[in-house]
Amino acid sequence: MKLDWTRNETLVAVVILGFCVLAALSDPGFLSVATLTDLLRNGIVLGVFAVGVFVVLVSGGIDVSFTAVAAFTMYVTAMTLNALMPWMPWWGALAVGMAVGGLLGAINGVLIAGFGLPTLIVTLGTLSVFRGFMLTFIGQKQITTLPPGMREFGRMMLLRGENADGSFYSLHAAFVVTVLVVVLTWFILNRTMLGRAIYAIGGSVESARRIGINVRGVQFFVYVYVGVLAGLAGTIHASMARVANPFDLVGLELSVIAAVVLGGARLAGGYGTLTGTVLGVALIVLVRNSLIVLGIPSTFQSIAIGCLILIGTGLPAWQARRAAARAA
Amino acid sequence: MTDNSPLARLMTSPEGRLAVIAVAVFALMSVLSPDRFLSLQNMTSMAFQFPEFAILALAMTVTMLTGGIDLSVVGIANMTAIIAAMIMTRLTGAGDGTAVMLLALAASLALGMLAGLFNGLLVANLGLPPILATLGSGLIFTGIAIALTGGSAVMGLPPAMAWIGNSTILGIPTPLILFAVLAGALSLLLTRTAFGLKVQMYGANPLAARFAAIDITGMLIRVYVLSGALAAIAGMVVMSRANSAKADYGSSYLLLAVLIAVLGGVNPYGGYGRIIGVVLAVLAMQFLSSGLNMIGVSNFARELIWGALLIFVMIVNTWRPFARRT
Repeated sequence: MKLDWTRNETLVAVVILGFCVLAALSDPGFLSVATLTDLLRNGIVLGVFAVGVFVVLVSGGIDVSFTAVAAFTMYVTAMTLNALMPWMPWWGALAVGMAVGGLLGAINGVLIAGFGLPTLIVTLGTLSVFRGFMLTFIGQKQITTLPPGMREFGRMMLLRGENADGSFYSLHAAFVVTVLVVVLTWFILNRTMLGRAIYAIGGSVESARRIGINVRGVQFFVYVYVGVLAGLAGTIHASMARVANPFDLVGLELSVIAAVVLGGARLAGGYGTLTGTVLGVALIVLVRNSLIVLGIPSTFQSIAIGCLILIGTGLPAWQARRAAARAA
Repeated sequence: MTDNSPLARLMTSPEGRLAVIAVAVFALMSVLSPDRFLSLQNMTSMAFQFPEFAILALAMTVTMLTGGIDLSVVGIANMTAIIAAMIMTRLTGAGDGTAVMLLALAASLALGMLAGLFNGLLVANLGLPPILATLGSGLIFTGIAIALTGGSAVMGLPPAMAWIGNSTILGIPTPLILFAVLAGALSLLLTRTAFGLKVQMYGANPLAARFAAIDITGMLIRVYVLSGALAAIAGMVVMSRANSAKADYGSSYLLLAVLIAVLGGVNPYGGYGRIIGVVLAVLAMQFLSSGLNMIGVSNFARELIWGALLIFVMIVNTWRPFARRT
């Protein structure tokens, strides 16, 4: 297979491979099951977020409120289940989380699809509204006793084992959820008319409208879907951390958008693949967790991520410019 | 609109509606808490508080007029403040350090413009989308600030430094004067010069601007340099008021600056925006947060109300229920 160097996916995959080779050379212990499970665990919540952000970017919008949706959802879910439905099993807890997230997403959806407001501004506003509402009217104290369903989910492991040195490693069952989310979203985007419509709107709203796509309906679906995924991610985060801290997660939004854009999705919409998104998340997780293995102090983390964003988006932009100049 | 009463005419422009909101908020707070909100002490305290993020909002406004955005303003502000603080703590000898301070401030302004130049080259020459270019460069500037300090605050600034953020001239707080001068100058620059006209034209229609033979590359670079310089000035005010510099000061100001600019009627897709709108938005926000503070509302409720205000203003500005759909 010939490598296509104009694609972000190739670039990111090569950088990840290079990073791993360098890391393995400087510390042979890097290539271990423990490192892998550690990285995968760190990618679970980020991955679910990234898939949601990717769908919004494909539709030509942007969402910065998803972290607030997740924080709101995990807090409210933990509180409601504790008070009203402690008997709820783990899958019920996740379902409640998805429902709460979907409701909040629907608020974004009404403002964007219904009123036709710009997506960046709406989600910037709802970011403050959701967070402010939760901290003012619902609570600011972290919930340390999670409902039984979430506790049960927090203890579920896919595999666990012991390293040569006697320490333990484990992979959380939530990893399966992330994989399912990726597969389901891939199916929606690539095998259904709805998915085609999302790409079409991202490409050109006017053209999509003229071929008979219900633009408002599809946009509404997109923001509800992102809300559902954000709610799911929040509930998983609380279950894995074994505490629902309302101050968690918010502040992560630009890193997630960075991961998705590194993977080749364009802010203008209509372009990008889920493979790229997964690779982008993998790269950000690697940089956030393993920079130290290369002998780079962790204080350089944000410089490294910043450089990656500039190179990852600059190279394709520069190539496109050169191609346009050659064509002219 | 056939109704020609002054109020109705005022309500037709976004700035007019904003002025009504600012006055209404002021009146409401005065009624709710007359002895405290209207006190001289509260007025001066408000005047000290808002210039730092208001200047960042000005920086954001300039880039938004071209349809761009500058997400690196807080990174630039902190990086330049830290470098200025390091110069001052290294060089200060005897005296109150005025000379060293001026040197450090000049260096930080130059550095801010250099950072803006970097953004401008990325956007204008490499053709990166502004949101990504400044997201990436903002992380790099913040990263430099963290790497230089290891994440801790730089303290021990010379006494002269306190002047910018904490003194008054003829009873008027210095930061407020600084903001007023910057806002006035920027307003003149955008409405009375060829550069300002080019910025507005490019924002309204990039393609038409290109066909009108406007030097787009040069114009965009100047816009981002200007934004970097304003960010550096905001950084100095923050440094002076905190009497220290740190890599994560004012991280909540980034989205706040975007919010104020948009609330002020600046079109984030470019082409429309007036400095007076941004000033009114800043005032409305400050009246609201100080007033709410006095009637005992928590900081988190302020966040809620800011967000709600932004969405409300956007709905009023853009939603035309009876207009024909295009």
